[in-house]
This record gives sequence, C-alpha cells and structure tokens, in this order.
Amino acid sequence: MSFRSIAQIAGAAMTAQSLRLNTVASNLANAQTAAPSEDKTYHARKPVFATYYQGSADGQPAAAGVRVLDVVQSSEPVRKVYEPGNPQANEDGMVFYPNVNSVAEMTDMMEASRAFETNVEVLGRVKGMQQALLRMGES
Amino acid sequence: MSIDFDKALGVHADTLKLRAERTRILASNIANENTPGYQARDVDFAASLREAVAGQGGAVGNDAAELRYRVPNQASADGNTVELGVEQAAFSQNASDFQTSLSFINMKLKGLARVIEGQ
Repeated sequence: MSFRSIAQIAGAAMTAQSLRLNTVASNLANAQTAAPSEDKTYHARKPVFATYYQGSADGQPAAAGVRVLDVVQSSEPVRKVYEPGNPQANEDGMVFYPNVNSVAEMTDMMEASRAFETNVEVLGRVKGMQQALLRMGES
Repeated sequence: MSIDFDKALGVHADTLKLRAERTRILASNIANENTPGYQARDVDFAASLREAVAGQGGAVGNDAAELRYRVPNQASADGNTVELGVEQAAFSQNASDFQTSLSFINMKLKGLARVIEGQ
C-alpha cells in the first residue's frame, strides 16, 4: 500500500535530518574547544546522505528513501592561535581551535530544520488523505 | 440486473490509485532534498491514466518506465535535481486532486445509494 511506504520515507528523511541537526549541535558546542595539538582538536562533522530504493512486491515504481551513509570530518585546516596563558597550550604557547564555521553551521541548521518540517507536513497531508479515504461513502 | 461498480465509478477509481502512487513518488523527492546526486522523478500522469483506462481495471502505475526524471530549472553542483518549491507545489496540487477524485467517487456512491433505496 502506497501510504504505508510514504510514512516510512518521510520517517527516514526525518531521522536523517535530525542526525544532521545533531552534528550541527555538536559542531557549535565544540566551536571554541581548544586543544594542545592538531590531532586532538575537534574537527567539524558532517553527515553524508544517500538514497535507497524500496523495491515493492507488486511491481510498483520504487520509492526512494534516504539514509545516512556516514559522518565525515571536515578536512579544512584548524585554527592555530598563540595563547601562552591557556592551560591547553603546548610548549610553543600555541593552542588549536576547531575548524567549525559558525555561520555555515547556522545556515545548515536552518536548512535541516526546514527540511524536517517539510517532511512532517508531508506526513500530515498523507494522514489527511488516508483518513478521507477511510470515510469514503460515509457522508 | 446487477451493478458493476467498476463501470459505475468510471475513471475516478483509477485516478485515485494513480494519485496515491504519485504522492509516494513526490514524497520520495521531498525526502531526498539534500541527497547529493539524487534525481527527482515524477509520474507521467496522462500516459499512466490512458494505459489504466485502456487496460480496464488493470493495475495503475505498475511499470517503472512510466516514471520520468524532472528537468530542473537550475542545475546544482552536487547533481541533485530536487527543487523544493516545485516539489511542494506538485505535492499540494496532487493532494487536492486526490480529494477531488475522492469527492467524485463519494458523489457517485451517494447516487447509487439513492437508486438502491428507491428514493
């Protein structure tokens, strides 16, 4: 039945978008976390989405869901700052700050939450359609 | 003398099924809004309906070949061809069309009920 798989598709998309919001929250929370070396510095994380096709038994066209393939770390250079007073500073007095771009994270957050809302809206409309179908012939 | 419901409801039953199918495809497009490389698809509604009517009661939209790829108004760098505004508009229109078909079926059923009751 089409409606059931629509709920699955919208649910998968909501899961993916909330994971994206999760990474944004981690990135923003750790935006100012200093570390003594480049290896120990927090790197911005970003989910990679991929499409999966739901084959259906009755030969209907495959619906396309979305899943999170992986969470990758940003390869942009980390920020190196001279702060000899910082307890995290190394012997040269340098500390490393994460490569989190706050502005990019904020726009990413807005986009993810809008996409989430869109899928909630889809689910609501589909629910309305299904309920109207159930009331067929009643009124 | 018996009532043939397939004939009585006409094209609307097929339309309703095709609308439900199209909702699924449009929901897939909306779900993959941020997936790199995903190509938006849509049902060729006229062709599918023509086939369904010609097939007389056969399954609607049972062939993946009836799906067409959408041509984006503006290409994006990651190969994704979903344009959220377009998809949302199509989804909304499709939901309204679904309700319209449902209303037609309800009217037909109401008419049949009157005939059966002899009013």
